[in-house]
Amino acid sequence: MKISVIITLKKDVLDPQGKVIHQTLEGMGFNDVNEVRQGKYFEIETKETDNNKAKVKVEEMCKKLLANLVIENYKIIDLK
Amino acid sequence: MKSAVITFPGSNCDRDMDVALKKFGFKNKMIWHTDAELPKIDLVVLPGGFSYGDYLRCGSMASKSKIMQSVINFANSGGMVMGICNGFQILVETGLVPGVLLRNKYLEFICKNVFVKINNKKNKYFKNVENEVLEFHIAHNEGNYFCTNDQLKEIEDNNQIAINYCDEDGKIEDRFNPNGSIKNIAGIFNKEKNVLGMMPHPERMIDSSLSGEDGSLFFKNLINNLK
Repeated sequence: MKISVIITLKKDVLDPQGKVIHQTLEGMGFNDVNEVRQGKYFEIETKETDNNKAKVKVEEMCKKLLANLVIENYKIIDLK
Repeated sequence: MKSAVITFPGSNCDRDMDVALKKFGFKNKMIWHTDAELPKIDLVVLPGGFSYGDYLRCGSMASKSKIMQSVINFANSGGMVMGICNGFQILVETGLVPGVLLRNKYLEFICKNVFVKINNKKNKYFKNVENEVLEFHIAHNEGNYFCTNDQLKEIEDNNQIAINYCDEDGKIEDRFNPNGSIKNIAGIFNKEKNVLGMMPHPERMIDSSLSGEDGSLFFKNLINNLK
């Protein structure tokens, strides 16, 4: 089973990289962008075949390693 | 006094720390990250560098390495644990000290001397240091200290801020903040003050002909406080 996870910065956390990407986009002529926030994307292949069990495991991975919950949120976006 | 410096793959200030600790009288031992047990010691140092190539988040991989469970147990039983630079990043990832270290505000790797003001001397790290302001060296890309408002309140209520970036007279202002850290925080303690994480490198300031002597003041004082 393949599970996809995205990690995003929480709303109040400064994202200087996102800011620079935003500025560069503006410089390229993309003038209607309000904000850019950069995040991370993971694809995890697991031996687990049960959707619920896999989800619980990946949540644990997110909490323990993939995300730092002081500054980041995680979201499991796809199980297949 | 016995100390141990933990070396992770990608640590690069471990040897400098070894030289500094020995210069001021510590019997230091280098410990590899795959070891399970710490020897009987008085101080553990997590050195600077780029453990695991800064993958995922700086310090995140190292914080899960085998030796770290022993370091966490040692810290929780009152043992002295000091993390410098990447070592500080590892400490925040273990949760031994609160907060996180984000990318520097202006996206630059900063490598320069800075002044820091000691905020709390009621601990074994800074007790009896005569100076209020010390000149240390910083070299980092992710030193922008961040924590939630609730954490900040707790940190301040418990007097956990160790040092703040300042000018040579000890003025703590935004213009002396190199990396965007909240409240110019350069180093913090855990609640009990036996764990210290800081971005500046005292081990780079132990020789007047190379850099400066404020690191010497720090280490001389540290070993005396531990005796």
